[in-house]
Amino acid sequence: MSEPVIEIHGLRYAYGKRAVLHGVDLTVARGEFAVLLGPNGAGKTTLMALMTGLFNARDGRIMLEGSDIRRDPTRVLGRLGVVFQQPTLDLDLTVRQNLRYFAALQGLTPRRAEERAAEELERHGLAERLGDRVRDLSGGQRRRVELARALLHEPTMLILDEPTVGLDLRSRRAIVEHCHDLARDRGLTVLWATHLIDEVWPTDTVAVLHQGRIVARGGVDAIKDSMGSSSLVEAFEHLTRTAA
Amino acid sequence: MTERRSWWLPLRGIVAREVLRLVHQRERLVAALVRPLIWLLVFAAGFRAVLGISIIPPYETYITYEVYVLPGLVGMVQLFNGMQSSLSMIYDREMGSMRVLLVSPYPRWFLLSAKLLAGTVLSILQVYAFLLVAAAFDVVVPPSGYAFVLPALLATGMMLGALGMLLSSLIRQLENFAGIMNFVIFPMFFLSSALYPLWRMRESSELLYAICSLNPFTYAVELIRFAFYGRPEPLATAVVLGCLFVLLLLSFRAYDPARGFLPMRRGAPE
Repeated sequence: MSEPVIEIHGLRYAYGKRAVLHGVDLTVARGEFAVLLGPNGAGKTTLMALMTGLFNARDGRIMLEGSDIRRDPTRVLGRLGVVFQQPTLDLDLTVRQNLRYFAALQGLTPRRAEERAAEELERHGLAERLGDRVRDLSGGQRRRVELARALLHEPTMLILDEPTVGLDLRSRRAIVEHCHDLARDRGLTVLWATHLIDEVWPTDTVAVLHQGRIVARGGVDAIKDSMGSSSLVEAFEHLTRTAA
Repeated sequence: MTERRSWWLPLRGIVAREVLRLVHQRERLVAALVRPLIWLLVFAAGFRAVLGISIIPPYETYITYEVYVLPGLVGMVQLFNGMQSSLSMIYDREMGSMRVLLVSPYPRWFLLSAKLLAGTVLSILQVYAFLLVAAAFDVVVPPSGYAFVLPALLATGMMLGALGMLLSSLIRQLENFAGIMNFVIFPMFFLSSALYPLWRMRESSELLYAICSLNPFTYAVELIRFAFYGRPEPLATAVVLGCLFVLLLLSFRAYDPARGFLPMRRGAPE
């Protein structure tokens, strides 16, 4: 296994008295496409929020690219691309205005922002939409702009929190495929959180999160074998039913 | 390896976004102008007959009620804008764009301050638009006052914006915003020197007078009033800057990840 890029140890988190994460351990290697698979309420969004420093956990540690998110957020966040579950684009502004704003937040000059926006949108087949208002884009196109936004500062890690929420099947497939291409071409380390098993590719690694614990971790086949299941769906259902 | 980052670029980006958003929300711009104008042209006109204003500093001659109320209405524009910014922060939080702001690799205090400054720039633009229309109706201050008031507006705008930011961290949902209108904007505005001088208030009630003299908004209005006439007002300046400082610290604390992003902690997602 190559060097670990995402290392999470003993992570616990509670909202008041309601514990959401009960000691999560997770390691993702460079260039790996890891799917964080868990039913709704498993703690995926909380884990993502902790990984992006939105709030801090009292117990446990999150190391990204060798730096602790709590101690050195500036360094970590400069290398991290994030796609959130909720839409984050300003509907009334154009794609260009949105991307410029996000680029500025990363400290890119307007010229560099323009170059990077053009490059990313080109890749997503949206280059000619730069001057359009986000409101005029379809749901799938908006998601692709969000993805382009997350990549403007050329991060080495990309984390996505249920990025296909609310999309039709075709747009979903397109986004999943697109992200796999990106990961492969750029050697990005990807952590993709979802509850949709059909988004897992056979080449991905999977971490099953259930009730705040990682209950299975490994390649798709390894997880199937360990549960004696013929499909990942079956294994997932088994894991999220029994291992509480 | 630590990259050297420009501080100017994100600041400019944040301010530019807010200005662009305002341009797209014409209703907000119109409302920001119409609200104080109604007070100035309708309320003040009627009031003028009832209320005599004696000569009090910074005024050196008899003034019309419209002239007296002008700084208060400027404060009102900023008060509404500050609360509106807090509304937009709650909205941003529900929408997710707050998260985008907070995953920027700049320190959180800087991002929040930049956001605050952006809101203040908007309020200053609205104030000058209002002053322009007021001047068209012959409600004017000395010409130099329009320049002297700028630093005062920066300080008062930041103070009221910081108040809005702190409130935004305490309010869980967008719907609760109506409460801000009733419990923050109206009391702050009415229990201040915006509409009548405090000595008038004292004539009718010592208690109301005491409340008004504890209201930071009174000092914001007085700072603006004195600035219009190029007169320094050390007490108002000190109160405004002091409140700004305290409110800022409290909001940084409310948005501090170690203490928990307050609204997230309570309105827990999965």
